Amino acid sequence: MTHKETILIKGGRVLNPGRWDGVADVLIEDGRIVAVEPGLHKKIRAAARIIDAGGLVVCPGLVDAHVHFREPGFEYKETIATGGAAAVAGGFTSVCCMPNTRPVNDSRAVTEFMLAQAAAARKARVFPIGAITKGSRGEELAEIGELCDAGCVAVSDDGVPVMDSLVMRRAMEYASAFHLPVIDHCEDCRLSIGGAMHEGAVSTELGLPGIPRAAEEVMVARNLVLAELTGARLHLPHVSTAGAVRMIREARARGLPVTAEAAPHHFSLTDDAVRSYNTQAKMNPPLRAEADVRAVREGLRDDTIDMVATDHAPHASQEKQLEFDAAPFGVVGLETALPLTLALVEEGVLTLEQALAKLTTAPARAFRLPHGTLEPGVDADVTVFDPNATWVVDPARLHSRSRNTPFAGWTMKGRVVATLVGGEVVYENEGTEGWIPDDERLPPIPD
Amino acid sequence: MSFKRKDLLEIGALSPEEISLLLDAAEPFREIGGREIKKVPALRGKTVVNLFCEPSTRTRTSFELAAKRLSADVVTVSPSSSSAAKGETLLDTARTIESMRADILVIRHSSAGAAETMAGRVGLSVINAGDGRHEHPTQALLDLLTIRDRKGRLRDLRVAIVGDVAHSRVARSDIHALTKMGAEVRVVGPPTMMPPGLHRLGAEVRHRLDEALEGVDVIIMLRLQLERQERSLFPSIREYVRLYGLTAERVRRAAPDVLVMHPGPVNRGVELAPDVADSAAAVILDQVENGVAVRMGLMYLLAQGQGA
Repeated sequence: MTHKETILIKGGRVLNPGRWDGVADVLIEDGRIVAVEPGLHKKIRAAARIIDAGGLVVCPGLVDAHVHFREPGFEYKETIATGGAAAVAGGFTSVCCMPNTRPVNDSRAVTEFMLAQAAAARKARVFPIGAITKGSRGEELAEIGELCDAGCVAVSDDGVPVMDSLVMRRAMEYASAFHLPVIDHCEDCRLSIGGAMHEGAVSTELGLPGIPRAAEEVMVARNLVLAELTGARLHLPHVSTAGAVRMIREARARGLPVTAEAAPHHFSLTDDAVRSYNTQAKMNPPLRAEADVRAVREGLRDDTIDMVATDHAPHASQEKQLEFDAAPFGVVGLETALPLTLALVEEGVLTLEQALAKLTTAPARAFRLPHGTLEPGVDADVTVFDPNATWVVDPARLHSRSRNTPFAGWTMKGRVVATLVGGEVVYENEGTEGWIPDDERLPPIPD
Repeated sequence: MSFKRKDLLEIGALSPEEISLLLDAAEPFREIGGREIKKVPALRGKTVVNLFCEPSTRTRTSFELAAKRLSADVVTVSPSSSSAAKGETLLDTARTIESMRADILVIRHSSAGAAETMAGRVGLSVINAGDGRHEHPTQALLDLLTIRDRKGRLRDLRVAIVGDVAHSRVARSDIHALTKMGAEVRVVGPPTMMPPGLHRLGAEVRHRLDEALEGVDVIIMLRLQLERQERSLFPSIREYVRLYGLTAERVRRAAPDVLVMHPGPVNRGVELAPDVADSAAAVILDQVENGVAVRMGLMYLLAQGQGA
């Protein structure tokens, strides 16, 4: 192993959720956290590099439990390298990659390929999620034991729900032998058939076929019941409805080992964003009504929803320029997730520590990743951000290969200054690259 | 007052004054249809492209005749598949047509929002001739013109719209147009055909036809898409006809001088009993005739705006 340089992150507000919140220095040697203490800089004689974090927040590298990096198979949308670049630009040092690639990640070969691409890219750490069923066809179980051995941290047929309840029961039972969380995209595909947006007054007005809340809630209910039957570790992604939040809250109160995530777009936008047939606001589950947004925020506040995950889903511009009902579901999210979560702090929904826990310790714990913390001895995955800096989202300046964000032109508060993975600076924002100051904002680029 | 818009995309965005203007603009063109030489030079030298990405006979023919009677050069394109299936984006299609220096693009498309998406990105005038289940604005205008012609007013009329509102762009445009002009709209059909939030558009939802027809001045019957039966929207045509078919007996529940309307084509014996379709109350052919005039008036106003 090569010897890595010693780094001292000096004078920032160090926030290691659940452990430490205060001004301190962070010492990194050989790619690991060595110490987090105030005044370390006075004792250290030879740090190869000093990062001045005065006025900044220093936290564990962010962990995203839900991204789509499209490689192998759809490299024109995103690769593990471009997705990794977007991740570290957004402060994420670990990402869990969904298996809806081509071929589907239902084998050791695909899992190992993803890990090799991530190692070559030297950006964010990649933790593959294996398929539940072969080809994600919902019929026969994938070789989950081998996927686990190869490095998968969970299983999911994400994008395609496992509609057959018996297959889901068997998947939960089987995966529990490996302590793997089972993730199901909760959607009853019969109830949602043909749907392009949330079913409600706005879909009626726009004449777009709707996806009712019930399509999600029926499957959340089924999965909770099956988790109770099997004792499996269930993880519910992108919770978008008030009813789903309510059921998860009830299940957790009874002690079921269920975790849940919310996506920034679901707590920041309503279905009003679809007006004018904006395909950048098309994702699945869809943007819901005001009451649902409130419920998701309340779920985050009372920890019914453990974590924020982006469901980063890149699509090429030519795909998003199709007719609304023909355009694919999905938005990119890695580079806007931190400021959108910090906005919940600003609005008094979460404390800063809680917000960061939902981006670090909570996903790391749920997926048993040895990251998301600044404890001495762990790999030095660190994010340094300026909580007060504002910037305007310009899709053309995103690091992702795709530009499909619903937040174009939004002013964001909170800007990543530096991202370290294993003690190496993998992203640095000098205040110019990638970002522009508020007062020099450009008009949003159409698509 | 002149029409300030570049496009006509939806009734929902129009003011009552704009709707009145569009109706008034149609009036002088009605007379032209009765002439021996059915042509005026209003759009001479202008090019109208009819892009019909969905099967249509009457709307396409109506737009074509309207443009020709205004002396425009007209091209009708009916691609066999959507742009998605061809691999061309809607935006590229629109830009291609614009590069051919067309002045007005009339578009019919199976996707809601198709006309709006195009209009926002090109300089030529776009007319929505029906987009998915969203809107069919010229249908609402010709319906209003027909009603105004027969009733002398729109304000305070009681109008029942009967059928599959959920999947109907005609219903949406009619609800917007009628409520904006001060009419009272009730929509009637089984709950499976009533989308959420109709009250926000100003329509009252009813499920029983006999009661809903009491005293109404206008009945607009929507065409039943017979293939919808497969999606459990209704159990059988037999039951649908029994509950929602308009018979002479049911017409008698309405006001004595009620108008019976239908956007066509009529499923005889389904939405309308044959004797109702052929009765004096039925103004279905007036609607068709007014359709040409409304589209002439609209294209005339849009072309005027382009010159300004």
